[in-house]
Amino acid sequence: MEQYEPDRPSPASPAAPRRGLRGGRAALTRRSLLRASTGGALALGGAGALSACGIPAAKNTAGVSSEDRSAKEKRVSFSNWTEYMDVDDSAKRHPTLDAFTGRTGIEVEYTEDINDNVEFFGKLKPQLAAGQDTGRDLICVTDWLAARLIRFGWVQKLDASNLPHAYANLSRQFRDPDWDPGRAYSYPWTGIPTVIAYNRKALDGVEVRSLSDLLDNPKLKGRVAFLSEMRDSVGLTLLDLGKDPGKFTDDDFDAAIARLQKAVDKGQIRRFTGNDYTSDLARGDLAACVAWAGDVVQLKADSPDIDFVIPDSGYMISSDNLLVPNKARHKTNAERLIDYYYEPAPAARLAAYINYVCPVDGVKAELAKIDESAAGNPLILPDAAMAAKSHAFRSLSAKEETAYEEKFAKLTGA
Amino acid sequence: MATVTGAPPLAPAPGPEERSPRRRGRLTPYWLLLPGMLWLLVFFALPMVYQASTSVQTGSLEEGYRVTWHFATYWDAVTDYWPQFLRSVAYAGAATVLCLLLGYPLAYLIAFRAGRWRNLVLVLVIAPFFTSFLIRTLAWKTILADGGPVVGALDALHVLDVTSWLGVTAGDRVLATPLAVVCGLTYNFLPFMILPLYTSLERIDGRLHEAAGDLYARPFTTFRKVTFPLSAPGVVSGTLLTFIPASGDYVNADLLGSPDTRMAGNVIQTQFLRVLDYPTAAALSFLLMAGILAIVTLYIRRSGTEDLV
Repeated sequence: MEQYEPDRPSPASPAAPRRGLRGGRAALTRRSLLRASTGGALALGGAGALSACGIPAAKNTAGVSSEDRSAKEKRVSFSNWTEYMDVDDSAKRHPTLDAFTGRTGIEVEYTEDINDNVEFFGKLKPQLAAGQDTGRDLICVTDWLAARLIRFGWVQKLDASNLPHAYANLSRQFRDPDWDPGRAYSYPWTGIPTVIAYNRKALDGVEVRSLSDLLDNPKLKGRVAFLSEMRDSVGLTLLDLGKDPGKFTDDDFDAAIARLQKAVDKGQIRRFTGNDYTSDLARGDLAACVAWAGDVVQLKADSPDIDFVIPDSGYMISSDNLLVPNKARHKTNAERLIDYYYEPAPAARLAAYINYVCPVDGVKAELAKIDESAAGNPLILPDAAMAAKSHAFRSLSAKEETAYEEKFAKLTGA
Repeated sequence: MATVTGAPPLAPAPGPEERSPRRRGRLTPYWLLLPGMLWLLVFFALPMVYQASTSVQTGSLEEGYRVTWHFATYWDAVTDYWPQFLRSVAYAGAATVLCLLLGYPLAYLIAFRAGRWRNLVLVLVIAPFFTSFLIRTLAWKTILADGGPVVGALDALHVLDVTSWLGVTAGDRVLATPLAVVCGLTYNFLPFMILPLYTSLERIDGRLHEAAGDLYARPFTTFRKVTFPLSAPGVVSGTLLTFIPASGDYVNADLLGSPDTRMAGNVIQTQFLRVLDYPTAAALSFLLMAGILAIVTLYIRRSGTEDLV
């Protein structure tokens, strides 16, 4: 920079405007701009500014004072996961929702805007933490997130008098989760069994009957996947170790992590996956993996090579739950919608379409009318033996949740 | 540099009636800068301050976070996650080198040899952007499938023996190995290399090549002494545009990698969304930024291209 001293430009020089921007000290060079903006940022980021922006407590202690406009506005807005609702042949209408609107006159604004629990939580967090309306009357999230929302006081207590069918027809195995005893805040939309799925062709004669086969059999090295959902992967491992995922200790958890870590270290586990394991399994890149039952039903229908196995030690079950967030404007309408899906006929239609465990009792006859094979499928309507093998992951305190997720994150490579 | 001080030079002694338009003229650049500066302030400076603050807080989501100047978070982040950081730099560096090796000939071809096909080829380079980043990355899972033709061919040619020996693939598969991640990164960021290269190559006056020829330079010498030096700004900006986003990427490592190939971006994502440890996530982001900034500064110093953009 020192060798080259540009001449002081004469005002008449045609190059002056250009150099005015690039030559002089006070003029704008990229470097001075950078320096100025860094300086500015640093000044802004002075100690005062830094300490001014703490993050307020997420927990809502003020209570909810939302006005329920259900009587005046015949509407309810329902956020759900993709492919979690029956569709007609045109794939545009949802017959069960249309029937609900026809009967009650309540218009349902149905949005499939949930793809991932953690992302959805990130989306709702600012509004719920600030005590604002999310624009949603009914949301559908997995157990652990439902538990967190209840713990934070971000969802409303349901009015049992609006939920007669739901109260009567909810299956026993979903009645009393430890995070919402007696279902005061939530009702399950579907149950999600976590089982072991395999591709017969890719297994090439290797027998898979338990999680230990996945973790130890050298013939499956690098062709086994676990789920990136901590409760599913660790839950099955706890069962395999003979522990109860419903009441385990820190040491049990560490033992399960250590067991999985050993398999990661020797390259046995190829990946920790989200939903994307389905294509890997169908292609045969994965020979066996921990999988969600609804996906397995679908994969089985597409390919005869794919099947599932329930380990003798049992399997994990979680659920996606309907909740009414704070400040929702149409709570009563939302409750009527929940109750509607606990009537056998709509519940059967839904179960026939989405292939997950139906949490509603007494749908077998209705389901058999629509789809004989679905009615006999234990992954959709579990029989007593199947239900007895299901285990739910116990709810975690905030501290445990962070510590466990941290350990699991380290296991999955961060 | 030191000769000119104060405001941009003005004509001497403007008349009083001239003063106000002059003054407006002097302020014009700043007014033009205002929207950009505001944008930077709101979407860059403020989030940076917010993140800086978050990185020295302690607490939990439930009880809230308070600034306690807990700088140990940074130290913990480094000691816990240095392998992921190294990996980020290594993979992004490898992808950048591959992008340069693949992109330079293509940019050269488009600039000098494509003729009337030039626009078509350029469109083809950009065309992948019409599809989502995620879909493009997922497509690589099909391309590199274990039993697929690509892996079969590589295996038959014993390429996989070499790469396995180097430790970038595992046995007879490519997916869920470092090689797959680097391939994904290379593919996804290749256009960011080609376009700046193309712009700087296309600007080179063809007569310079003729002149080099007249002075008895062989084609390779022409390239070495004329073309490449003139394209250096493109090389520098291309490598930066590739390296910087690649080192922060987490999608490729997530979809094409294994637990052993996770990068710094993955750690930040997990800490922020899953573990809900915002201070660690913020500290990791700053460390990543600082690391990239240091590498880029060194690189620009060495390549000495002040006029690169």
